[in-house]
Amino acid sequence: MQSRLDSKAPSGPIETRWDRHRFGMKLVNPANRRKYKIIVVGTGLAGGAGAASLGEMGYNVLSFCYQDSPRRAHSIAAQGGINAAKNYKNDGDSIHRLFYDTVKGGDFRARESNVHRLAELSVNIIDQCVAQGVPFAREYGGLLDNRSFGGAQVSRTFYARGQTGQQLLLGAYQALARQIEAGTVKSFPRTEMLDVIVVDGVARGIVTRDMVSGKVEAHVADAVVLATGGYGNAFFLSTNAIGCNATAVWRAHKKGAFFANPCFTQIHPTCIPAGGDYQSKLTLMSESLRNDGRVWVPKSAGDCGRDPAEIAEKDRDYYLERLYPSFGNLVPRDIASRRAKMVCDEGRGVGTELEGVRRGVYLDFRDSIKRLGEAKIRERYGNLFEMYERITGENPYKTPMRIYPASHYTMGGLWVDYNLMTTIPGCFAAGEANFSDHGANRLGASALMQGLADGYFVLPYVLGNYLASAKLASVDEGHIEVKKAVADVEERIEKLLSIGGERTPDSFHRELGNIIWNNCGMARSAQGLEGALARIPALREEFWQNLKVTGTGESLNQTLEKAGRVADFMELGELMCRDALARDESCGCHYREEHVTEEGEAARNDSEYQYVAAWEHTGDLSKPTLHKEALEFEYVLPVARSYK
Amino acid sequence: MSKTMNLTLHVWRQKGGTDIGGFETYKAPEISEHMSFLEMLDVVNERLLADGKEPIAFDSDCREGICGMCGLVINGVPHGPNAATTTCQLHMRHFNDGDEITIEPWRAAAFPVLRDLVVDRGAFDRIIQAGGYVSVNAGSAPEANGLPVAKPDADRAMDAAACIGCGACVAACPNASAMLFVAAKAAHLGLLPQGQPERYERVKKMVAQMDAEGFGHCSNHYECMAACPKEISVDFIARLNRDLMRATVVERDHEEKSGGAG
Repeated sequence: MQSRLDSKAPSGPIETRWDRHRFGMKLVNPANRRKYKIIVVGTGLAGGAGAASLGEMGYNVLSFCYQDSPRRAHSIAAQGGINAAKNYKNDGDSIHRLFYDTVKGGDFRARESNVHRLAELSVNIIDQCVAQGVPFAREYGGLLDNRSFGGAQVSRTFYARGQTGQQLLLGAYQALARQIEAGTVKSFPRTEMLDVIVVDGVARGIVTRDMVSGKVEAHVADAVVLATGGYGNAFFLSTNAIGCNATAVWRAHKKGAFFANPCFTQIHPTCIPAGGDYQSKLTLMSESLRNDGRVWVPKSAGDCGRDPAEIAEKDRDYYLERLYPSFGNLVPRDIASRRAKMVCDEGRGVGTELEGVRRGVYLDFRDSIKRLGEAKIRERYGNLFEMYERITGENPYKTPMRIYPASHYTMGGLWVDYNLMTTIPGCFAAGEANFSDHGANRLGASALMQGLADGYFVLPYVLGNYLASAKLASVDEGHIEVKKAVADVEERIEKLLSIGGERTPDSFHRELGNIIWNNCGMARSAQGLEGALARIPALREEFWQNLKVTGTGESLNQTLEKAGRVADFMELGELMCRDALARDESCGCHYREEHVTEEGEAARNDSEYQYVAAWEHTGDLSKPTLHKEALEFEYVLPVARSYK
Repeated sequence: MSKTMNLTLHVWRQKGGTDIGGFETYKAPEISEHMSFLEMLDVVNERLLADGKEPIAFDSDCREGICGMCGLVINGVPHGPNAATTTCQLHMRHFNDGDEITIEPWRAAAFPVLRDLVVDRGAFDRIIQAGGYVSVNAGSAPEANGLPVAKPDADRAMDAAACIGCGACVAACPNASAMLFVAAKAAHLGLLPQGQPERYERVKKMVAQMDAEGFGHCSNHYECMAACPKEISVDFIARLNRDLMRATVVERDHEEKSGGAG
């Protein structure tokens, strides 16, 4: 089975791998492209850019999204920026440095060839977006501005105020709109993909449900691209949009696509804490706040319910400054997140008590305001302070912010080879939906870069190469496999509607999310994971016996939509825990309490775990097969991360 | 420390586009002031579902004020009482115990109701498809810093580009005009050098599509700007009108120059 994990990553000098690989690819004659039908699911940066680019080349593209418009995909919510190795600041940046930082930042669990390609393409992305009219921030001379981000030692981040994701997505959306007008792309908004159609082992289409009429139908094609984002909503509470879900990738997984590193999920340290059991999502605030805010909790648990203004300086524990004197409040995301959890676990958290624990730490601007003046702080963070006040009703100029980590991004995803193809031939995965570039930890401002690199500059080549070399039999809606896929989807919908139990999809989702968050979140242990692996199947069983969905399948039914998504999270959640248990080391985001250095940091075990864990669905959810893709580091040699 | 309130909701319920629809009244007891408006509806919906009733359908996605998917008319005001705030960012602390709250969908002929509070804003997509872009294929872009953009122009373009396409401007306008939406896109691209080659053609096509979709005309009520969660300025409408006027001149100019080449 190992042979099925052929990464197809080129060898030889890393600087020319992508060039040489591209030259070796087969091409489709421009006049023939319209004869090929390509399905692209998702309209975020990867899917929107991919569908637009394939349309521009002349392919016949079908584009699907669950939102009411392709412009709303959750890429739109990214605030900070996008990295590119332009070296406009003349400060020592280069493609190699961006490559190096990304491999190291990922804690040596990403594929070198892919990461280098990403760094190369980063410069083309900026050119493309500027040409589309993306209003990036500029200097007074009219040239593009950059800032530093995520602890990088160079300024390589391009940004559009605090709305970089929005502007990049609108650029891709407009390019897509142009192709829809040109007739090369057909758009299907408010349409949910519920299965992949596999004929003779090859992906040949998808089954969808029209979310307004409820109509279930098959779309047959020559290739399928899944650009459906991450699975952070498995935790129920996350910074993802309410609708973000894993159904597309999970359905593909069950049809033969291996799922890679499902336990690699990123937790962002500076989010607004949950306020009550009604909480529907968590809101991220830019981590730039940590530049001027000091993180603390009371030294004594007895002080946690008091007004922070009354807690004397000597009774405060500035724990990041105490533990990490050289980086202080600016330690990387994973460390800041874990330390916040630890002090709250000790009973020293602040804010609203939920399930007996206060989960929040202070981010205090008092000293910065004293030093720099309120006006300066307002100039730097005014919009973030306003957002905080709008949500919490508290004025952070007067009282410290309360923050807590939240699920934010998933590095894991469908396993893909260098050509972004999953283990189902003809089924590709792009953007956050695949696993390929960020290893065990993603650096800030790199998600936008990967989505657009895949969409604008990788998919157009790899799809052409596939279509030019694949020998595809003729398949239409009447094919037995197509009919069977449609019938399976209809049966599943009918089942969800007919259980007639007592519990709502949200109540199951919350309970599942709690199990995963507590056992496969910021810290994991064999004991906790084994407990979760016992509880999740039991909860899943209850779900299928006690679920309550009202309404019908033949109309707009948001409860039914949720139910289908929760059903898939129930299965994926188990695989996340299984992967976390099997990876008996700590690395990046994956912090196993059994594998900690003397200083309390993650201890990697390269000799045993320097691989990608790719899971194959066997039909039995409790017995997936683990395949390992060994990782080799020729250009960036593994070292331990230290921030003391 | 945290206050709760008992509310009465009058919610528009409509099974589908052809259904007539009407208001239903629901009690919403023990609502925490810290809930967002949509979380309050989530709670109401969980209770409806527990009672075996169909929950109220409404759109939302990011719930952080940027995707533009949510939008309710709350007590007659699109996105509710707070300025520069989307429905998802409105919190219950701005309401009081005992309040009666009326909740309706966007009302506009060009935004047909699909169910309850959910409307079809496909008309906005078709306006962008008509010309709201710069025609540049992937791979053909020149070096990004090859064309400097004056900072004031870039900043002004960004002001216009901040539009989230929610449709509150249309819902607020007595004529259900989409002028602010169209003007924002025309200004975003028209203010940048990259948008110049198609500037006048773009404006003409987008306005023609807007008219074809059945949006009303602008008669300067400025309700759009007041409702806009991103505070997009009506100055962009004036700019759109100027560009539209110039577009007709440019068109004539092109017609005179063409011909005779054949």
